[in-house]
Amino acid sequence: MSETAKQSENTDARVKIPVLERETLILNGRSYNWITERICGVIEKPQPLLWWALFIPSALIALIGVVGGLTYLVATGVGVWGNTNRVMWGWPIVNFVFWIGIGHAGTLISAILFLTRQNWRTSINRAAEAMTIFAVMCAGIFPAFHVGRVWMAWFLAPIPNSNAIWQNFKSPLLWDVFAVSTYFTVSVIFWYLGMVPDLATIRDRCKGGIKKALYGIFALGWRGGNRQWSHYEMAYLLLAALSTPLVLSVHSVVSFDFATSVVPGWHTTIFPPYFVAGAVFGGFAMVLTVMIPARALYGLHDMITMKHIDNMAKIILLTGTIVGYAYLMELFIAFYSGAKYEGAAFLYRGSGPFWWAYAAMMSLNVISPQIFWFKSMRENLWVVMAVAMCVNIGMWFERFVIIVTTLSRMWIPGDWKTYSPSAVDVMTFVGTIGMFIALFLLFLRFLPCINIAEVKWTLKESDPHDEDIESHPDDGVEKIEAYQYELHENPERAARDLAELDGDSNVEGNAKA
Amino acid sequence: MSTKVRRVYGYLAEFKNASQLYKAAEKVRDAGFKKWDCFSPYPIHGLDDAMGMKRSILPYFVFIGGLTGFCTAVALAYSTQVGLYPTVVQGKPSNIFTIAAFFPVMFELTILFSGFTTLFGLLGLMGLPRWNHPIFASEQFAGVTDDKFFIAIEARDSQFSADETKALLEEIGGANIELVEDDSE
Repeated sequence: MSETAKQSENTDARVKIPVLERETLILNGRSYNWITERICGVIEKPQPLLWWALFIPSALIALIGVVGGLTYLVATGVGVWGNTNRVMWGWPIVNFVFWIGIGHAGTLISAILFLTRQNWRTSINRAAEAMTIFAVMCAGIFPAFHVGRVWMAWFLAPIPNSNAIWQNFKSPLLWDVFAVSTYFTVSVIFWYLGMVPDLATIRDRCKGGIKKALYGIFALGWRGGNRQWSHYEMAYLLLAALSTPLVLSVHSVVSFDFATSVVPGWHTTIFPPYFVAGAVFGGFAMVLTVMIPARALYGLHDMITMKHIDNMAKIILLTGTIVGYAYLMELFIAFYSGAKYEGAAFLYRGSGPFWWAYAAMMSLNVISPQIFWFKSMRENLWVVMAVAMCVNIGMWFERFVIIVTTLSRMWIPGDWKTYSPSAVDVMTFVGTIGMFIALFLLFLRFLPCINIAEVKWTLKESDPHDEDIESHPDDGVEKIEAYQYELHENPERAARDLAELDGDSNVEGNAKA
Repeated sequence: MSTKVRRVYGYLAEFKNASQLYKAAEKVRDAGFKKWDCFSPYPIHGLDDAMGMKRSILPYFVFIGGLTGFCTAVALAYSTQVGLYPTVVQGKPSNIFTIAAFFPVMFELTILFSGFTTLFGLLGLMGLPRWNHPIFASEQFAGVTDDKFFIAIEARDSQFSADETKALLEEIGGANIELVEDDSE
C-alpha cells in the first residue's frame, strides 16, 4: 500500500507534510508481465549448465550419504555412529539442532515480517520457506535414527500400543516431537497455500498436456476472484499469526532439551532466547547462501535487490550480536554464580581439547558479522557471501560446543570421555547437505521461486488509488528523498532541507500557539 | 448433426488496471448486483469494501479449531499421564500440579489444529478444489494470473439482463466484453 495514503486528512495544500520516500522494491519499473515472464521463465526455460553441475553431485552425495549411510546404519546398528558412553548425543543431535535452526529464517521472513508489514519480504519469502521445509526434513532424519531402532520410532507418537505404555509428557524430548512435527506441518501448509495463486499462473501459461494437468491439480482451480482473495488473505494472516509464536516456540523447545537437564553448561535460563536468536541468525545466513547464487543464475536482480541483501545483512548483524551477548553472558554467569561445576564446564570449553571449536564459534559467529556495520561491506556480495559461509560453519560449531564439550565432561570423572565422529557420522551429515542442495535445486526447477502475486502487489500501480492520488485528500503530502541517500549524495541539499523542515515546524507551532 | 444447448455463465469485462477495477466495482455494487466477482493477479486491498463484501468468517473457524486442539492436548496429557500411566519422574508429581510440564504440548496442538482448520476452512470457503469452472471457457481469462483485471457478472444474478448488463459494463469502462458460455454442457 502507498505509505502516503494514511499520513494526513489535511486538505490544505499549503502545509507540506514531508514523507520519506521508500526505496523501491522492484527496480527498473518492471511490469506485471515482466515479473510473470521472469519468474516463470526460471521453470520454463532449460536449466543452465550450472544447475546440472550442482544437482548431479549433490543428488549423488545425498544418495550415498543419507540413503547409503543410513542403510548401513540400520543394517549394522546405531553403534556405527561415533556416539560413545556419555557423549551419547554426539554428531546426530548437533546436526539436528543445526538443521532445525536453519529453518527459522524462512518462518521469520514469511510470518513475522508479514505481521510487521515489511514488504521487502515478498521477494524472498517463497525460497526461504522452501529452505525451511528442506532443512526440517534434513533435521528430522537425525533424531529418528538416533533412537537406535528406527522401526520403533513410532513409539514417539502418543498412540496406544500393546505394552500399554504411554510417553512421558513431562519430557522435553516429547515436547520436541510435538514442536518439530507441528512446525513442519504448519510450514508446509503456509508454503503451499502461499503458492496456490502462483501455481495457477504457471497452469495458465502451460499449453496443455501432463504439465498443465499437474500444475492445475495443485493450483486447486484457483481463479483469482476477489471472493477468493478475501478469504485467502485472511487465511494468510491467520497462518502468519500462528507461525509467529510457533517459530519462537520450536527452538525454545529444542533448547529445553538442554536447559531442563541438570548438566553444567546446559542448565541455564538464557537458552531459549539465545537459541531462537541463533536460529534466526543461522537461518538468514543460509538464505543468503542460497539466494545470492540463485539471483545471479536466473537474473533476478530487479526483484531481489541490493536493498534485500542489505536488510538481511543487517538482521545477521543484529542477531549475531545478540548471540555474542548470550555467549558472553554465559561466561559471566559461570563466573559470577560461583557454581564450581558451571565454571569448570566453561573453562573446559575454552581451554580443553575442544578449544578450537569454541574459538571457531566465537570468531565466526560474533566477530565475522561485525563487518556488516559498514555499508560498503553489505553491498559487496563477495563479503556478504563469505560472512554467510562463516556463519553457517560457526553455527554448526556452536551446537558442537554445546553438545559435545558439555557431555564429555559431566559430574563424575569416571564419565569423562573425549569424542570423535565416525566415518558414517561424516557421511550422513555431508549427505544431508547434498540432500538440502538437491531439494532446493528441484524447487527452483519446478516451483515458482519468488512469490509472483505478492511481488506484483508491491508495485506502485497496484494501489487501487494510484490513479487518483492527486485528487485524494492526502495531497498535502510531499515526498522527499530518503535521508541517508541525501546525506550520501548531496549533503548541502540535505542540510538545506533540514533547515526548511525546522522552519516549517516552527511556523506550525506558532500557528497553534 | 447435434444441437448443443449451452448455458450462459455471464458477462466478462476487462479493465485496464487496479484503479479502474476498483472504481468499476463500486459502480457494479451500487447497481445492486449480488453474484459477481472482480478478478485480479494479486489481492487488491480495499476491494472488499468496493464490492460490498463482508469480512471473512475464517477466524471463527480457526478459533474453534484452536480450542479443539487445546482441549485435545489437555485430555491427552491428563488421561495418559495422570490416569492411564502415571510415572513420578523428573521430580514432578502425577496430578494437576504437573500442568506446567504440559504447556508445550498444549501450545503445539493448539497451533497444529488451528493450522489445519485454516487450510480446510479456507478451501471450504473458497469452494476449492474443483476440476473446472465455467469462467475458464473464456480465452482471455487466462491472463488474469498474469496482468489482466476482470469483472464477471453472473447470469444467475436476479438483476442480470443480456442487454442492460452489457451496457452497464461498457459504461463503467469495461473492454473486451464477452458472453461466457459454460462449455461443459
